[in-house]
Amino acid sequence: MANLPEAVERLLEAALVGELTVVSPSGRPITYPLIPLYDGDKVYLTSSTLFSRKLEHIRANPRVALSITDPVATGRSDRATIQGDARIIDEDPHGGWERLLSTWEKKEPSIVTFLKARVALPLFFERALIEVTPRRVLYWSDGSAANAPETTTIEREAA
Amino acid sequence: MRSTPELDARGGLEKLATYPFHVLIWVGADGYPVNVAVEATIDPAAGVASFAVPAGLDLPAGGEISLTGSHIRPQPGYGYDQRRHVTVWGAVATDRPGSLTLTAERAWGWDEAEVPFFEYSERSIGQSRKYFDALSRERGTPVRPKLSLGFLTLRTTRLPFLTATIVPVALGILIAASDGAFDLLTAVLTVVGASFVQLAINVSNDVFDASQGADDANVTPTQFSGGSRVIQYGLVSFRQMAGLTVAFFAAAAAIGLVLMVLRGSPALLAIGVIGFVVGLGYTAPPLKLVYRGLGEIAVAVGFGPLMLLGAYVVQTRGALSWEPFVASVPIALLIALVLYVNEIPDRRGDARAGKRTLPVRFSPQVVVTGYRVATLAAYAVLLVGVVAGLLPIPALLMLLTVPLALRVERGLRPNYDNPYGLMAVMGVNIRLHLYAGLLLVAAYVLVLIAQAVAPGVPLFIGR
Repeated sequence: MANLPEAVERLLEAALVGELTVVSPSGRPITYPLIPLYDGDKVYLTSSTLFSRKLEHIRANPRVALSITDPVATGRSDRATIQGDARIIDEDPHGGWERLLSTWEKKEPSIVTFLKARVALPLFFERALIEVTPRRVLYWSDGSAANAPETTTIEREAA
Repeated sequence: MRSTPELDARGGLEKLATYPFHVLIWVGADGYPVNVAVEATIDPAAGVASFAVPAGLDLPAGGEISLTGSHIRPQPGYGYDQRRHVTVWGAVATDRPGSLTLTAERAWGWDEAEVPFFEYSERSIGQSRKYFDALSRERGTPVRPKLSLGFLTLRTTRLPFLTATIVPVALGILIAASDGAFDLLTAVLTVVGASFVQLAINVSNDVFDASQGADDANVTPTQFSGGSRVIQYGLVSFRQMAGLTVAFFAAAAAIGLVLMVLRGSPALLAIGVIGFVVGLGYTAPPLKLVYRGLGEIAVAVGFGPLMLLGAYVVQTRGALSWEPFVASVPIALLIALVLYVNEIPDRRGDARAGKRTLPVRFSPQVVVTGYRVATLAAYAVLLVGVVAGLLPIPALLMLLTVPLALRVERGLRPNYDNPYGLMAVMGVNIRLHLYAGLLLVAAYVLVLIAQAVAPGVPLFIGR
């Protein structure tokens, strides 16, 4: 298990959106707002093939960071950044991602309605999963960068 | 094709200044990105953003960093809306102790209020294609996006638009029946054959638009316009669509031949030949009628008089009369107006592809006036037809659709530049054609019932 700090787990569960940063081949950080989905161990995000440039960057460089910063999207004032290693899961872009549909639906209930009408926007529902294995967590309990974050290194049991 | 509008560094800073906080981002010495929320002071005119040094973290000296603004509005029970984000990159420097300044160099972002999500998606289909091509190369076998067979059939053939065929064909059969000519087998064959004609036209339209770049150039398709897009999405190959076109035309031709054998007449032959030429020539070279601003006329002729008179002469073994022709005119005008309105959101892409449709050629004012004149003409022909005794009095039922025509006419101007707002108007316009046709069908059903139960009741003025 990831053993994320409990406050960070609560933040992940509450967040409607987070900022995923990937690193381009030139070393530039590129940031995409995405819905974070947490299964109690790893953090997942999904990306349509329409907006798959981020997936190309992750394949080339799996080091990513996901921040939860928006108090409007979380209803909380604390903030966190999870650094980790990402893996792309796209064996079945048509339906493989649907294993996280129920978690996604909790945050965006309308997604199920949209999925039923996937004929209207078929490529949006051709998707890959981004699985982030957390390595380090920065946590700001008051949300302010004026204070140094609590840093937690995530130890993982050997497989 | 860019998926988002060009955004320079200053424009990016101007947008960034509208966010209440910003995410400062850099790549740490260990190679992992670091995201930290800060409140930057932004000066777009000076091209800089300043913020306090985040406590306890080391920024790279002189390296490239970015500031991101991101916004959504939560909508409980639904999800969220008002999506927008912007990122500005630049070099960072210390301007005074405890404070850092980013000098903006480039920016990127998306705001769904500026580029609606559907347009953003359409602008991004090249990226999807690239992704699937890479997956295919990696796996050594083609990997394509998919849809269930039912959805794929619906999308590829644009099946719901078959009402454009069924309305005039049913009307032609009923008018013939009211003239005492009806044969069930050939009536059914006419409906099926005419449907294959329309399916062939729908699919060939996509094939020729794809080969001429019109559908690729259109980034604002809607559920009613812009073609099926199955080729652009990679759901069906160009070759498969071309094969489907041939198959549908062959099926239509085969049924046409059977009808010629069973009910052949010079009139049916002439209608069949003209229909084939107009149908194929709609988008196909050398005629390319729709590219020359003749699409509306082609559709009016094809889905008005040709379909209706074709169905009529099959039943009457070639005998023609004014009644089916007059009945076909309002239907012809209304179906041409379906195309006409559906071309409005396509007009920029059509213009880029050299498709000189009427909305491409004329100003919004002229196009809206054209709609008004054509609908008035449809109802005027109906009234004159009834008063002249060419159409039955119950045909006046079609006047019940006047409120729909008014709704479309009033909705065109305010939504002219908003494809997604226009979608509702297009839907009402399609219903206008369908309901007008169904009311004319109902009128002739009433005529048949009256002929059966009360033969003496006058149903035509002056007859």
